[in-house]
Amino acid sequence: MEISTSHEGSMHIIAVNGDLDASSSIVLDRAIAEAVSASKHNIVIDCNQLNYISSAGLGVFMSYLQDFQDKNISLLLFGLNEKVMNVFEILGLDQLLTIVPSKEEARMLVNDPLL
Amino acid sequence: MIHYYKFFCSRENLKGIRDFVTSVLRNYSLSDVEINQMVLAVDEVCTNLIIHSHKCNADDSIELSIKNQKDGITFEIIDRAAAYFDFASYKHPDLKQMVKEGRNGGVGLLLVKRLMDKVEVEYKDTQSTWRLYKELPFQAPERV
Repeated sequence: MEISTSHEGSMHIIAVNGDLDASSSIVLDRAIAEAVSASKHNIVIDCNQLNYISSAGLGVFMSYLQDFQDKNISLLLFGLNEKVMNVFEILGLDQLLTIVPSKEEARMLVNDPLL
Repeated sequence: MIHYYKFFCSRENLKGIRDFVTSVLRNYSLSDVEINQMVLAVDEVCTNLIIHSHKCNADDSIELSIKNQKDGITFEIIDRAAAYFDFASYKHPDLKQMVKEGRNGGVGLLLVKRLMDKVEVEYKDTQSTWRLYKELPFQAPERV
């Protein structure tokens, strides 16, 4: 799995490429932790190239939810393919996380103007 | 037909396990989502055994077999040096409580239970055998 980060307006975008499992979830965890340390308030996960997710990957997102709510940090996911989305739905995590189809919709949610 | 796969207890081998299960299931008339659900269930059990039973000791190994039956498919995962785990006493975690506590683990077996139609764990003389069964109601013949 590979992670790349970029910035668009106020969005700190973390793009995940490959499989998010028990061997790789630590890399995403670190990337999110670094964004928090850098005081990023709109953390957006680009899942367009995310091929697979297991409970280890789900756990990364779950572990930040309460903390982000307390610190008023928004966490958005976009671009999930059908099988990855299905895994979130099986546990009902799609109801706890903010998941949108595209980056444009993520941008609208964080109230960023079009670049 | 029975398909066998043996792997060593390293997290880096999870991808190989998934590729093996996927390649077997590609012989059936299943959607990507259905295949992914079974791959995920097997991955979660193997991950638990690798991490909790074997502490990621890459000298240890586990065997996986996939057997097609008339009305479904069984994944059998045999750990010949398993740490005891009482699956019957496993209680579903409360997701909202986990989120509140910021926990990042503990939903793997919940996923397995939700994804498969039947899950059995047999433990005898330090060997644990996990059997995950999935009904294939729409007649998915193996293309061989």
